Amino acid sequence: MPLDRKQREGDEVLLMGNEAIARGALEAGIRVAVAYPGTPSSEIIETLSRFAETGKLYVEWSSNEKVALEVAAAGSFAGLRSLCVMKQNGVNVASDFLLHLGGSGTRAGLVLVSCDDPGALSSVNEGESRHFARLMEIPLLEPADFTEAKEIARWAFELSEAIHNVVMVRSVTRMSHASGNVVLGALPDRPVKAAFVCDGPVSDPDTGPVISTPVVAKHRLQQEKLRRAASLFEESPFNRYEGPESPELLIVTSSACLLYSREAVTILNAQNRVGILKLGTTFPLPQELIARHLRTADKILIVEEVLPFLEEQIKILVAERAGELGIKTFFGKNDSAIPMVGELNPDLVAAAVGRILKIDPPTVPAEYAEKVRELSAIAPKREQTFCPGCPHRASFWGIREALMRDGRNGFVCGDIGCYAMASLFPATGYHISRTMHSMGSATGLASGFGKFKPFGMEQPAIAVCGDSTFYHAAIPALINAVHQNSEMVFIVLDNGGTAMTGFQSHPGLDVNAMGEKVPLVDIAALCASMGVPVSTGDPFDLAGTRETLNRLMEEPGVKVLILKQACALAPEKKGKKKYKVSVDEALCRGDACGCNRICTRIFRCPGLLWNRKKKKAEVDEVICAGCGFCAKICPAGAIRCEEAAKP
Amino acid sequence: MTDMLLKDPYNIVITGIGGQGNVLASRLLSNMLVKRGFKVTIGETFGMSQRGGSVMSHIRVSAKSVWSPQIPKGGADLVVALEPIEAIRVLAAYGNPAVRTLVNVRAIYPVGVITGEDEYPSEEKIREAVAALSAQAEFIPATDEAVRLGNPILGNIVMIGAVAGLGVLPIDAELFESVIREGMAAARVEPNLRAFAIGRAAVARK
Ligand code: SF4
Ligand code: SF4
Repeated sequence: MPLDRKQREGDEVLLMGNEAIARGALEAGIRVAVAYPGTPSSEIIETLSRFAETGKLYVEWSSNEKVALEVAAAGSFAGLRSLCVMKQNGVNVASDFLLHLGGSGTRAGLVLVSCDDPGALSSVNEGESRHFARLMEIPLLEPADFTEAKEIARWAFELSEAIHNVVMVRSVTRMSHASGNVVLGALPDRPVKAAFVCDGPVSDPDTGPVISTPVVAKHRLQQEKLRRAASLFEESPFNRYEGPESPELLIVTSSACLLYSREAVTILNAQNRVGILKLGTTFPLPQELIARHLRTADKILIVEEVLPFLEEQIKILVAERAGELGIKTFFGKNDSAIPMVGELNPDLVAAAVGRILKIDPPTVPAEYAEKVRELSAIAPKREQTFCPGCPHRASFWGIREALMRDGRNGFVCGDIGCYAMASLFPATGYHISRTMHSMGSATGLASGFGKFKPFGMEQPAIAVCGDSTFYHAAIPALINAVHQNSEMVFIVLDNGGTAMTGFQSHPGLDVNAMGEKVPLVDIAALCASMGVPVSTGDPFDLAGTRETLNRLMEEPGVKVLILKQACALAPEKKGKKKYKVSVDEALCRGDACGCNRICTRIFRCPGLLWNRKKKKAEVDEVICAGCGFCAKICPAGAIRCEEAAKP
Repeated sequence: MTDMLLKDPYNIVITGIGGQGNVLASRLLSNMLVKRGFKVTIGETFGMSQRGGSVMSHIRVSAKSVWSPQIPKGGADLVVALEPIEAIRVLAAYGNPAVRTLVNVRAIYPVGVITGEDEYPSEEKIREAVAALSAQAEFIPATDEAVRLGNPILGNIVMIGAVAGLGVLPIDAELFESVIREGMAAARVEPNLRAFAIGRAAVARK
C-alpha cells in the first residue's frame, strides 16, 4: 500500500521509485518540498503532501519549476533541508536560476530531483537532464533500484551540506514509476528554527550574502566543491562491481540500465564472461575507481539512456590515461551498439552484448512465433483520445467549426496538457493544433504569427493553453502579445486543475498543497488588467463558442476567450451523469445520406459506437459520461438527451 | 499451498485499458507476494495517464533479487488481461508455449473500432487465438460479475481472485483480506472480498 504515516522503521514495503525518493527525503529530515507537477515526477510531492504538517514539513506546488527551485533554495538559505522536484524539461525552465545557484552555493542540504522520460512515454521530448549537472557544475547521483532510490535521496542532502552546493538526483520513468521492496529507515525529529544568516562579510559564503559574485572566485570555489564530491565518490557504496575478476567485456552503466544489463547477462548465460560496473555517482566521475576497473578488460560497453553522457566522459578519461590503461575497444551509443534514441530494455542490451560476444539471444520457438504472426493481426490498435465527456473535445469542436466558417485557413498553436492530443489523429476533426513545443509556447508563437500581416500572412492564429500552463509560462508571452499589439485569439482551456498529471492545485484554486485556504489568482481578471477584451464561455455550449470565436477573429489585437468546464475525471464529476443519452435509430442516417457518420468518424467520443451490422450509431452507457455534447453535433438530431435522474 | 515459486523470477503481465484498475490490481497482487516474503518488482506503463490507451504492469516475483521492471520479450509466465484484445497484444510480445492466460471477456472498443475504421474480432476468434498462444487459457466474465456486485470497476478484483484460483502463486483469500484491510476504507472491503471469491471460484472449479 502507498507510503503513509502508519508504516514504521524496519517495515519492508512495496514502494514506487518516486515514493522511495520521497521516503529518503523524509529520512533526511527535509522541511521544504516544492515542485511543479510533471509525469513521471509528480508522485514524489504527492507522497510528501501526505506527510505535510505546519511547522514540520512545508509542501508546495509552485507555478513553475524555476519558482519551485527558488522557493526550495530559500529553504536551504534559511537553514531548512529542502527538496525540489521536476520532470526533465522542467530543468530547462529552472536552469537560469540553477546556473546562478551553483555559483552562489547553498546552506542547508538542497537536492534537485529530475525525473527523465527516455522513450517519451509521457512527454513530447526525450530531454536528458544529466547534461545540466555537467553544464551547471553540480554533482549528479543516479539510483539503480528502489532501495537505492531511498538511500541516494537521503544521502544527497548530506553531500549537499558537505560541499555547500545543490546536488542533482536523476531518475527515469522506469525507476520512478516502477515499484519494489524497500526497508524503511528512521524518521528524524530534530527541532528546527529557520533563519537566514546574511550579515557576515561578502567573502564568506556561509554567513555573508548568497551571491554568485565575484564570479571568477566563486566559480573557482564551485569547482573545488566538485573535486571534493569526486573524492567522496571514490568510496561511495553507490558504485559497485559485479562479475569475474578479468571480464571479457566490461559493462559500465547507471540507473535502470543496471537492471537491464544484469538481466541481459542472465538471458545470455554470460555471467562468467561479463562484468558490470554500476555507477551511482555519475558526475563528476570517480576516476580512480573507474580506471581500476577499466584496467581489467579490453572491451567496454556503456549502457545508458538517452545520450552518451557516461560514454563521452569515460572516453576522455581513457584518452587522458592512455599510457596506463592501453587501447580499449568501446561499444555504446557512438557505434550504435546501443540505440541513441528511445528507452532501453533487457532485450536491446542482450542484443548488444550478444553481438559483441557472438552469442545468439534465445528466442521463442519458431512455430510459436509463426502462430503469433498469424493470430495477433486480429487485435486492432488502440489510440489515445480525450476521455468521454472531456471538455477539450467540445472546445476543439467549437474552434474547428469557427475556423471552418472563418475560411481563412486559420490554425491553432497547441500547448502541453491533455489538449496536446489535438495535434494527434490526422484523419479527424481534432487535427487543428499545428504546433506543439514547450509549456506556454503556443502563446509566444501566436504572438509572432499575429505580427506577420504586413508580409501578406492572412491566416488567423489561435493560441490555446490550459489553466495550469497559463500560470506556468503563458503570462510573459501574453504580455508580449498585448504590448506588441499582435493579432491573435488566446484561448484558455480552463478545466479547473492540472488534469493530465492528477489534479494538483495551482494558483487558480483557493486551496494549496498544504490544504490551506489561499487567495486565488483569477485568470479573467489578470487578462483584463492587461487591457484586452476577455470573454468567457462553456465549451459545451457549441453555438456560443463558435459565435464568440468568429466575432473575436474579426477584431484587431489580442482577444482572450476563457472556456471553462471541469475535466470529466474531476472528483466532483466522477460517476455523475448530467444527461441520459441515446440514439434514435429511426432518425440516425448513418452512411445513407449527408452526415457521413460525423459523430463516430470525426467527433470520436468513445461513448459513441458505430454498429456495423445495423449501420447506426449507438451510445455505450457504461462509457458515456453523459455530457450531452454529441447531441449538438448530429445534423439529423438523432442523439437524444434527457436530464438524468438525480442519484 | 506452498511458498515456492514455479520459476524464479516468476513473470506476470497485467494488462488493460486506462480506468480499469490495472495499477491497483498489480499493487494488490504484489503486496500479497511481498507479505509472503518475496522480492517483487513492478514495472508500469501508464504514460500520459493513458487516455483510452493500453496500460500494462510487469510483475517480477523472486525469492532472491530485484529484476528489471521490463520483462524480456517472450518471458511471461502468467498474463492477466482485463480486456480481451489486450491479451493477444501482450501474448504477441511476451507469450511463449508455457504461458498461462486469464482473460476478462468484456470488450472495450478502441477508438478505431468505435469509428468503424477497424473491426473488433468476435469472442470466438479471440478465444481461439488466446488458446493457441497459451498452455492454459481461462475466460472469465469478470466485468459482468462485477456489475452484478454493483460496480464494474471490481472486475480487476475478480481477476485477482482468478489468479488465486489458478493455484500457481502462494496467495489466498485470507492474505487478500489482510492486504485490502490495510489500504481500503472498511465499507469497500466486503464487496472486494466477494469479487475475489467469485474470481477464485470461476477458475478453481474447473
Ligand atoms: S483527463 Fe480531463 S482534460 Fe484530460 S482528456 Fe480526460 S477529461 Fe479531458
Ligand atoms: S454524451 Fe455523447 S459526447 Fe458526451 S460522453 Fe456521452 S457519448 Fe460522449
